[in-house]
Amino acid sequence: VTTLVVAEHKGDKLGADALSAINAAKCLGGDISILLAGEGVLPIAQHASTVPGVGKVLTADDAVLGKGTAESLAALLVAVQRRRQYTHIAAPSSSFGRNLLPRAAALLDVQPASDVTEVIDADTFVRPIYAGNAMQTIRFPAEGPRLFTVRTSAFPSETAEASTSAEIEAVSQEELAAAKGVDTGSEWVGQDVSTSERPELGSAKVVISGGRALKSAENFQMLYDLADQLGGAVGASRAAVDAGFCPNDMQVGQTGKVVAPDLYIAVGVSGAIQHLAGMKDSKCIVAINTDPDCPIFQVADYGLVMDLFEAIPSLGKEIQKHAK
Amino acid sequence: MKRVLVAVKRVIDYNARIRVKADKSGVETSNVKMSMNPFCEIAVEEALRLKGNKLAEEVVAVSLGPKACQDQIRTAMAMGADRGIHVLTDTELQPLAVAKLLAKIAERESPDMFLLGKQAIDDDCNQTGQMLAALLSWPQATFASKVELEAGERKAVVTREVDGGLETLRLRLPAVVTTDLRLNEPRYATLPNIMKAKKKPIDQLTPEELGVDVAPRLQTVKVEEPPKRKGGIIVHSVEELVDKLRNEAKVL
Repeated sequence: VTTLVVAEHKGDKLGADALSAINAAKCLGGDISILLAGEGVLPIAQHASTVPGVGKVLTADDAVLGKGTAESLAALLVAVQRRRQYTHIAAPSSSFGRNLLPRAAALLDVQPASDVTEVIDADTFVRPIYAGNAMQTIRFPAEGPRLFTVRTSAFPSETAEASTSAEIEAVSQEELAAAKGVDTGSEWVGQDVSTSERPELGSAKVVISGGRALKSAENFQMLYDLADQLGGAVGASRAAVDAGFCPNDMQVGQTGKVVAPDLYIAVGVSGAIQHLAGMKDSKCIVAINTDPDCPIFQVADYGLVMDLFEAIPSLGKEIQKHAK
Repeated sequence: MKRVLVAVKRVIDYNARIRVKADKSGVETSNVKMSMNPFCEIAVEEALRLKGNKLAEEVVAVSLGPKACQDQIRTAMAMGADRGIHVLTDTELQPLAVAKLLAKIAERESPDMFLLGKQAIDDDCNQTGQMLAALLSWPQATFASKVELEAGERKAVVTREVDGGLETLRLRLPAVVTTDLRLNEPRYATLPNIMKAKKKPIDQLTPEELGVDVAPRLQTVKVEEPPKRKGGIIVHSVEELVDKLRNEAKVL
C-alpha cells in the first residue's frame, strides 16, 4: 500500500483538514506521501515533512498552480500518478478536495469514493449517504488505484511533531509540464474570504451555532462573545445564512460544513435534517430553543427550553463564574 | 448561447423518511415519494433564467435511469425546458458512468454550458460535474452561487462557495457549472405549463447506443442505519446546564 495525500496549499502549515486526511491514510498502513502544489510551497512542505507517518513530500512549485484551479491540478495529479503508481490517492473532503479529486479520477478512469468516514481495509470503506441517514460500506475493484475523499470530522487532526523530517522532492519536469501544458479555459478572478481570529469551524473543539431565531447579524455578537470565552468557533444554520445574518462559509449542514466538536451549542436552531447532517456526530450537543417540540432536542444531550436572549448572556456569566 | 444542457436526477423526495432495507442491500425506494434532486432543480432554474434573459436559446433536460426518470424530465419541461433526453437503463449508475453518458450526449448536442446540481441528495457523491468536465476537457466551476455571462466574449463569470468564503472564476465556454443552494429559488410549474410539457418531445437512448459501459465499479457491501444518539435530558436552568457540562459531560 502506497498512499498519496493531496493537500491544499494555504498558509505555511498543513491545515487541520490535511492532517485528518493523513490520519485516515494511516489506517490503510503502508507508505504515505504528500503532494503540495502551488507557488512558494516550500514552507508548507517543510511543515508537512515533520508530520509523523509522512515518508515523502512531493512539491510542484509554479505560478500556474498558484490559484489552485482544478484543471491544472487534476492534470498534475494524473501525471504524478502515471509516473509513481500509488495504490491509493486521498484528499480531504474540503471544497478543494471535492473540486479536484473527481476530475482527476475521471481522467484516470476511476470511480472514487466521497466522504469516507471509516477505513475497514485497503479496499473497503464506509461513507454516509442520504445526509447521514444511512451508512454505506463500499469495496473498490481489485484493479487500482483507489481514490477517495476523507470526511475530516471523522478522523483526528491532532499530530505530534516527528523527530525526523521526511524527504522533500520536487516533481519532475515532465510531471510539472503536464500541469502547465493544460489549456484550462479557466481564469481566477478573485476571492472574498473571511478572516477570523477564531479557530477554524471544521476543527474547533467548541462550536456555537445560531439559527434564524437570532433575528439579526448584530445579535450574532452574543455568540461570538461566548465563542471567544470558550475558545470556540461560530457556525450558523442555513436559515440564518439565507437571512443574511452571516456569510456562507459559516453554514453547518449537509451542504455547508460538517463538524464534530467536543461541544456543540445550537442556539435558536430548529434542527432541520440538513443541519443535523452537519453536526450530529458532535460529542456533546446542547440545544437552546423556546420551542420544546423542535427536532434539535431529539439529538441534544442537554436541552434548555429558554429564550436565547436571556440564556446566552446568563450562560456566559455562569461559565465566567466557574472560570474564576 | 445556443444551447444549455441540464442534468436532472430522480431521487427519494427530500422530505421522505429514509428506511434501510432489512437485508442491508440498500435503501427502500418502493412506495416512497420520488422527486427531482433539489440541486438539479436549481440547475434547471438557472438555465431557464439564462433563456429568460435571452442569453440562451434552448434548454434541454437530460436524465438517466429507469423509465420513471421521464417524470423528472417532464417536471423540468413543465418548469420551462424545451425538450428532454432520456438514457434508459435499469443498471445502477455510479457517477463515472453518468459522466460518460452525459459526455456522449454533450458531443451530440454541442451545448455551450452543461449545468448540474453539485450533488444528489441520495448518494451525496458530489462528483458527476467534475468528472463530466474532465471527460470533455472543459473548464469547471463547482458550487456556483452566481452565474453571469460575458456573451460577446463567450465566457461565464461564476462565483463559487468555497470553504473560506467565495471565489470567482472566468470560464471559457463551453463549460460545466454545478449549482449550490444559494444560486436561485426554483420556480413552481404552473398547471398550463404542466399540460404543455406533455407535448414536448423526449428522445430516448440507451447506454449501448452511446457506447458506454455503465457497469458499477464500486461494490456496495452493505447499507446500515447510522448509530443512534442516546436520548438526552432537558435541563431547567443555565446553572444546571453549566453544572452538567462541567461535571457530567466534562466539556467545560
